[in-house]
Amino acid sequence: MQFFLNELKTVLRGLRARKGRSALTILGIVIGVAGVITIISLGAGAQSLILGQITKLGSNLLAIMPGKSNEDGPPAAAYGITITTLTREDAEALRDQIRFPHIMGVSGSVTGTATLLWRNLNVDTFFEAVEADSFSARNIEIASGEFINPTNINANVLVLGQDVKELLFGENDPIGELVKIKNIPFTVIGVAKPRGNVFFNNEDDKVYIPINIGQKQILGINYLQMIGIKVDAAANLESTITDIEQLLRERHNITNPEDDDFAVMNLADAVSLLTTITDALKMFLTLMAGIALLVGGIGIMNIMLVTVAERTREIGLRKAVGATNRSVRNQFLLEAGTLTFLGGIIGIIAGVVISYLVSLGARYAGLDWDFIISPISIILAVGVSILTGVLFGLYPAFKAAKLDPIEALRYE
Amino acid sequence: MLIKLENITKEYHNDDIATPVLKNINLSVREGEFLAIMGPSGSGKSTLMHIMGFLDRPTAGEYFFEGENTTNFTDDELARIRNERVGFVFQSFNLLPRTTVLNNVKLPLVYTHGKNIHGLAEKAIAAVGLGHRADYFTNQISGGEKQRVAIARALVNTPSVIFADEPTGNLDSKSGGAVMHILQELHRQGHTIILVTHEMDTAEHAERLIKIKDGMIMDDQPITARRIAEPDGAINK
Repeated sequence: MQFFLNELKTVLRGLRARKGRSALTILGIVIGVAGVITIISLGAGAQSLILGQITKLGSNLLAIMPGKSNEDGPPAAAYGITITTLTREDAEALRDQIRFPHIMGVSGSVTGTATLLWRNLNVDTFFEAVEADSFSARNIEIASGEFINPTNINANVLVLGQDVKELLFGENDPIGELVKIKNIPFTVIGVAKPRGNVFFNNEDDKVYIPINIGQKQILGINYLQMIGIKVDAAANLESTITDIEQLLRERHNITNPEDDDFAVMNLADAVSLLTTITDALKMFLTLMAGIALLVGGIGIMNIMLVTVAERTREIGLRKAVGATNRSVRNQFLLEAGTLTFLGGIIGIIAGVVISYLVSLGARYAGLDWDFIISPISIILAVGVSILTGVLFGLYPAFKAAKLDPIEALRYE
Repeated sequence: MLIKLENITKEYHNDDIATPVLKNINLSVREGEFLAIMGPSGSGKSTLMHIMGFLDRPTAGEYFFEGENTTNFTDDELARIRNERVGFVFQSFNLLPRTTVLNNVKLPLVYTHGKNIHGLAEKAIAAVGLGHRADYFTNQISGGEKQRVAIARALVNTPSVIFADEPTGNLDSKSGGAVMHILQELHRQGHTIILVTHEMDTAEHAERLIKIKDGMIMDDQPITARRIAEPDGAINK
C-alpha cells in the first residue's frame, strides 16, 4: 500500500510535469466517456418522455382511420386522398356491448383548423369535433366546467384547450362566454387540463366541439376522420382488433382484406416502434462512443510507448536500485490507469453537463423531459475508462518491464 | 569474504558468433576494501562491474556474495540484492528529472517497503553535505552536486558495497576531487567501495588496483602512493 501510494504520488507528479501532453492523451477517453454518459442519459430521458406520452394518451387505445394501412407506406389520407366510408354509424355499431364486451369507450371525431373570435380578439387554432363519450376514450381531463356529453351534443358548445384559454381569456374565467368560429357562436362550457405535447403535437392548442356541429356546420361532411377505441385490458387488444375488422368489413361489404377501406391501429405498437427506433439509435451512438474509447485507448498506448522510450534511462536506473520487473510494469500500468481514470472523471462531468443542457433545451422546447443520470452509467464509465488504460497500457508496460537494465542505462 | 568470483566467463552472442568479454575471472573482495578496477575501454571492466553488481549474469562460473552462491538467483532475487545490498554511482548521474534531490535519494527505499523513508533519505543527503539542497530540483544543482546526490542515493539503503562507474568522468577536476573525497570518507567509515575507471589519477584514490585487459586480470596490487582528496576537491599525494 505504501508502495502504491508512493508510486501514485510519483505518477501524479510526472503527469503534472507534462500537463499539455497528458491533457491531449486523455482527450479521446474524455470524449468517449462523455459520449457514453450523454447517450445513456438522453436515452433514458427520451424513453421516459415516450412513457409519459403513453400515459397521457391513455393505455390500451386503438385508432380506426379511413383508408387501408399499407405496410409499405403511410395511409391514403396522408396523400390527401379523402375516404368517406367511415361513419358515425360504424362508431355506433362498435358500442354494441354484447358483441364487443372489451370496448370501454368509442369516440368518433373530425378535426380541422379554425379561427376563434372573442370580442375583438382572435386566435388561429385547431378544433376537434368529438362524440359524447370521448372524455373517457381519449383520456382528456377537465380543469373547470364540463366536457361534451349527451345533453349538449347537439348544442353549439365548446371546450377550450389550456393554451387557447390563456391566449383569449388570460386568468379570467371563460365559462359562459360566447366565442365565434366561422361566425357561428359557441358557448364555452369547459377548459381541458394541460396535456403538453403528444408526439410533437401541442395538445393544448385546440378546442373541442360536438361532433354534429363540427361535421355539419363547420366542415360540411358526414364521415369520420378517426374513431378512437378504449379497450379494457392490453391482453384483449389483438382480439378486439380482429373483431373490429370483421365488423367493419361486414358493414362496408368487403370480402377480401386486401380491399379494406379502413385501418385499425394499435397506439402501443406505434410507441413500441418509437422505442425500437430510439433503442437502435442508442446502440448506434454507444457504438460510436465505443469507437471513441478505442481510439482514445490507442492514443494512450501510443503516448505510453513514447513515455517508455523517453524514460528508458529512468527504467534502467529504477531496476539498478532494485525495482523488479513487476514493479516497473505496475508503475506504467498505474500511470496509464491514472490517465484514463482522470479522463473518465472529466468525461463524466462533461457528459452530465451536456445531458443537463440538453434536458434544459428540451424543456424549453416544451417537452416534458426528465434529466436522468443513472449511477450504473457512471460506474460503467469509470470502469471502462480505467480498463481501457490498463488494457492499452499493458503492452507499453510489459515493454518497459522487459528492458535490460544495462542497455536501458546506456540509452541515449 | 564479501565477494568471491570463481572462473567467471562472459560471452556476447551476435549472429551465432561468440565474443568473449570476460575470461576465467577469479577475484575476491573483503569487506571494507576500496578497490579500483582499471583498464582501457573494451577491456571488460564495465561488464565485470555489472556482473558484480547483479545488473548482468555471467555465462559461466560462480559468484558468491556474502557467502551465498548467487549464480542461480531469479531476476526478482537479484533485484532484491541490488535494492538492499548494493549501491551504484554512474558516470552520467542518472538522476530523475523534474524531481527533488530528496525524492531522488528516496527512490531505492520506495522498493524496500520500509518505514522512515524520509529520515533515512535526509541522513544520506547530510552525509554527502547537501542538506541545504534537499528540496532543490535536480536541474537546479551543479554537476558535482548531482554526483553527490547519486552517492547519497547509493548510500541510503546502507548497502554492503558501493559500485562507482567512472564517477568523475563527467566532472571538472575540482568537483571530481570533491566526489572522490566523499568516497574516501565513506571508505574510512567502513564502506566497501569498488571503483571502475580508465584513469590512473582516479584509480589511485583506492587502496587496491586491479588492471584488466582483454577480459583478463593482468595485475592485482595494493596502491602504495595513494592520493587523498580534500573536501574542497584539492588532491594531495
